Amino acid sequence: MSDSLVSIQAEPFSVEEVVSKVKRASRGIGAVVAFLGVGRDFSKGEDISGLDFEHYPGMAEKKLNDIRERALENFNIIEMAIVHRIGKIDIGEDIVLIAAASAHRNDSFMACEWAITELKRVTPIWKRETTVKGDVWVSQTP
Amino acid sequence: MITVKFFAMLKKLAGVELREYELSGPVTLAEFKETLKKDFPALKEVLDGRSVLVSVNQEFARGDTVLRDGDEVGLLPPFSGG
Repeated sequence: MSDSLVSIQAEPFSVEEVVSKVKRASRGIGAVVAFLGVGRDFSKGEDISGLDFEHYPGMAEKKLNDIRERALENFNIIEMAIVHRIGKIDIGEDIVLIAAASAHRNDSFMACEWAITELKRVTPIWKRETTVKGDVWVSQTP
Repeated sequence: MITVKFFAMLKKLAGVELREYELSGPVTLAEFKETLKKDFPALKEVLDGRSVLVSVNQEFARGDTVLRDGDEVGLLPPFSGG
């Protein structure tokens, strides 16, 4: 991850590094809430052996930047970072990290929950799951 | 010329990642979808449904959006990031 607080990248990210980056925004931060999405080995009753993410380069980054800006505007938070990986991801590996920082914990909890829901709703990123029956594009995620 | 980009399962259905079109004049996105349905019969069903979103120049667009030379159209199946 570069110095940017929003990133879409193939390489793994360090949760600690992203959280440190968010904390650096202010000494007035008293709480950081992080959501970490991880590759799971089952989906709709099927065993999953791996995942592959595709994105719309340019538009997906734009949407994540927009989510961060709207979170900063609409919640009482001080900083937010969003990192999403693309390409092949093994079971148990990290996929997405959203870290929100605020003076008090409740604002970060709310902003983080909103941001991951919004990410799933508006960001052109697609997941393909590898099952014993072959590769399947996932059309909706809860 | 406008560029159409296909993503995820739509890329597989269309059999291509990208297709370029020469426009003879301004055309709405709804009209252009008819052209796409003719050129890619495998996409007819999804383009008739509501699950596929369309972007123009990387912003979500509606059927009445007018396409112009140089535009980039994205055909976006339901998202599954996160």
